[in-house]
Amino acid sequence: MIDQDFTDSILAKFSSVTKRHHEDCLTLDCDSFSVKDVLLHLRDEETFDLLVDLTAIDHGEHADSRFSVVIHLYSRIHHDYLRVHSICENNEHPSFPSVSDLYPAANWHEREAFDMFGIRFNDHPNLKRILMWDDYPYYPLRKDFPLAGIETPLPADDVAEVTQASVDPAPMMGGPFVSGTGDNMSEAEPRAKDESWTEDTEKPVL
Amino acid sequence: MSTETIEVNVGDAVSRGADATAKAESGKMALNVGPSHPTTHGVLRLMMDLDGDVITRCEPVLGYLHRGDEKIAENMTYNQFVPYTDRLDYLSPLANNVAYAIAVEKLTGLELPERCEAIRVLVCELARVSSHLLGMGVFGMDAGAWTPFMYTFTEREKLYTLFEELTGARFTTSYTRIGGVARDIPDGWLDRVSHFCDNLPKAIDEVEKLLTRNRIFIDRTEGIGQVSQEDAIAYGFTGPNLRASGVDLDLRKDKPYSGYEKYDFDVPIGTRGDCYDRYLVRIEEVRQSLRIIKQVISDFPSGLWYAEDAKKIFAPPKEKILTSMEELIQNFMIVTEGPQIPAGEVYFEAENPKGALGFYIVSKGGGVPYRLKIRAPSFCNLSILEKMVPGHMLSDITVILGSLDFVMGECDR
Amino acid sequence: MITNEVAYNGKVEGDVIVTKADAVINWIRKHSVWPMPMGLACCAIELMAAAASRYDISRFGMEVMRFSPRQSDCMIVAGTVTYKMAEVVRRIYDQMGDPKWVVAMGACASTGGMYRSYAVMQGVDTIVPVDVYVSGCPPRPEALLDAMIKLQDKIGAESSVKNLKSSNKIAC
Repeated sequence: MIDQDFTDSILAKFSSVTKRHHEDCLTLDCDSFSVKDVLLHLRDEETFDLLVDLTAIDHGEHADSRFSVVIHLYSRIHHDYLRVHSICENNEHPSFPSVSDLYPAANWHEREAFDMFGIRFNDHPNLKRILMWDDYPYYPLRKDFPLAGIETPLPADDVAEVTQASVDPAPMMGGPFVSGTGDNMSEAEPRAKDESWTEDTEKPVL
Repeated sequence: MSTETIEVNVGDAVSRGADATAKAESGKMALNVGPSHPTTHGVLRLMMDLDGDVITRCEPVLGYLHRGDEKIAENMTYNQFVPYTDRLDYLSPLANNVAYAIAVEKLTGLELPERCEAIRVLVCELARVSSHLLGMGVFGMDAGAWTPFMYTFTEREKLYTLFEELTGARFTTSYTRIGGVARDIPDGWLDRVSHFCDNLPKAIDEVEKLLTRNRIFIDRTEGIGQVSQEDAIAYGFTGPNLRASGVDLDLRKDKPYSGYEKYDFDVPIGTRGDCYDRYLVRIEEVRQSLRIIKQVISDFPSGLWYAEDAKKIFAPPKEKILTSMEELIQNFMIVTEGPQIPAGEVYFEAENPKGALGFYIVSKGGGVPYRLKIRAPSFCNLSILEKMVPGHMLSDITVILGSLDFVMGECDR
Repeated sequence: MITNEVAYNGKVEGDVIVTKADAVINWIRKHSVWPMPMGLACCAIELMAAAASRYDISRFGMEVMRFSPRQSDCMIVAGTVTYKMAEVVRRIYDQMGDPKWVVAMGACASTGGMYRSYAVMQGVDTIVPVDVYVSGCPPRPEALLDAMIKLQDKIGAESSVKNLKSSNKIAC
């Protein structure tokens, strides 16, 4: 069972690890220099041998540290999850140590985080895009990238030439209507994000 | 090392694979399987090097069905995202709906009534039966047997009729809402489910008669695609694939959700982790699901199908909305702004037919999530292909892919 | 034998039917449309259900679902077409032999469906010419069969002989 003793032992062993407020499973904050040591300890000594998920969060362009990597581990002995938050260095060209030598399952998860956020994982065996095509110039899940997309040429040149098609921004037609948080009715009212174009209004120039 | 470049002027498809040929070592042939290929369960591309008939390198290429679900989730309210969860693992949409709803409800701390939980368990197990039936039918088809496919599809049509009566759609049901399910079960539906469960074992027996002790099937699947226990854990396997490799991990037993701890069922574990074991595990899981369904029906609780104290989260029933002012305002707020979910983060995994489907949701309050990550079991299951496939022959590819039973809709999201 | 009969007489003309070439060619083509299932996503499951025993597409002569483009007449695009997949769809369309038709099955193939995002092509008609659109998400197998019947009507109305003779219908 994951109880206070377990948490205390981890916090005592690694000085760079702190506990984070959590509701569902133990969540630790760790810096990116010691995250591999912490994971090695968790995998070998504390039976967290299943890497369940590795993902990233973009905290926004104006945040102090923009990207953080979140790793979820599972232990069959403790029957519980453990979450590790870790901040990536450098907001413009984020990087993070790759954990794929500890957990081979992380290999594709890291490729996906690179594809969607642009986080470079150091010492990754094959850091290529996995979901978008190799030449795609943008990182889609960043907060400054619009949902509709940005115009780029189609990945295959001959098809693009014959059909005159290209990767166009999707017509949002005044949507999506998203409501913000806030106690005021006007703040919480759903409003169109300013990334849409319709037949009457022009495409925004990016 | 000398590289042999053979230029063949046949057409576009070959010249496109030219970069793959250049990378192949001398004497080896580069073969590109997919993305449009009958044996792949969706659009998966495999770039392989062959030495004669034996595969020496296999590189899967994904992303041909990447639709941007996670970005869409940041622009949709929690209830508006439910149809997108249908189309993740589109063979068992009800199970995805339930997993998503429970994940969001963990953020709210809502307590669901027993009837709602029983409905969700029942619906999840029916979805499991549906998914495994298709998986095994198509697996037989991949190995060359057409008839099991027809038999399992006939049973699935009966399931579709049941789903249609309950939710309104054959599949892509969008049945759950945050705080409950969309509507109560109709009268007499439980009897029809019970009747279906009584007839299904005969159909599974027919499929088993055709496949389980079939010499050709066993020759094609035994010893093929073996995944050891250590590899299965290291590569993030979950679900029937993990259990076939001998690891006893079923989230319904390990971390029960939605009332699973009340029901009595066994979890089949394999021994060798080859394709034949994965097939046997899935067939047995269907039988165990029928056991669970019978237990749920025999003791079906009465009550409401939604959480009553979910003021800003679950839309009140229609009669109240049309007659009472407060409920009307509540409904308006929930529909326009979305269910107001408190700030926090949650990770929840459900035992889906394909594996463990996880949702990691970061909420900053309000009706729209800040970040929603879908942990797809098929994405994790496929990463073993690079390690497992080399050493097998070309004709084993179809059997391996069929036995892993993945769905590209959830793999690429 | 002198006769003033102008009509068709089996004893005189024998077992010969006189009709338009178009009628015969179209009749043959529409009753054996061999589909090339471009099953990409959820609609592919309904396509398989249409081919299974309950909805039986074989009644219309369309059960020959070979995945080879060279052997098929009609490409049923079932599912979401992403930009990454677009080139594959187009290449397979190019490999099909004339005469060929395309059925866009489902909302995603017709217009992008509910996926208005950066990765989804908003309708497969940007890259291939579509003959029949089927709405639904996913369309019921009966809707697909209705679409195939409409396609049959469309084939029946083509001027096949003119197309055979002219060279401008040959795709590259």
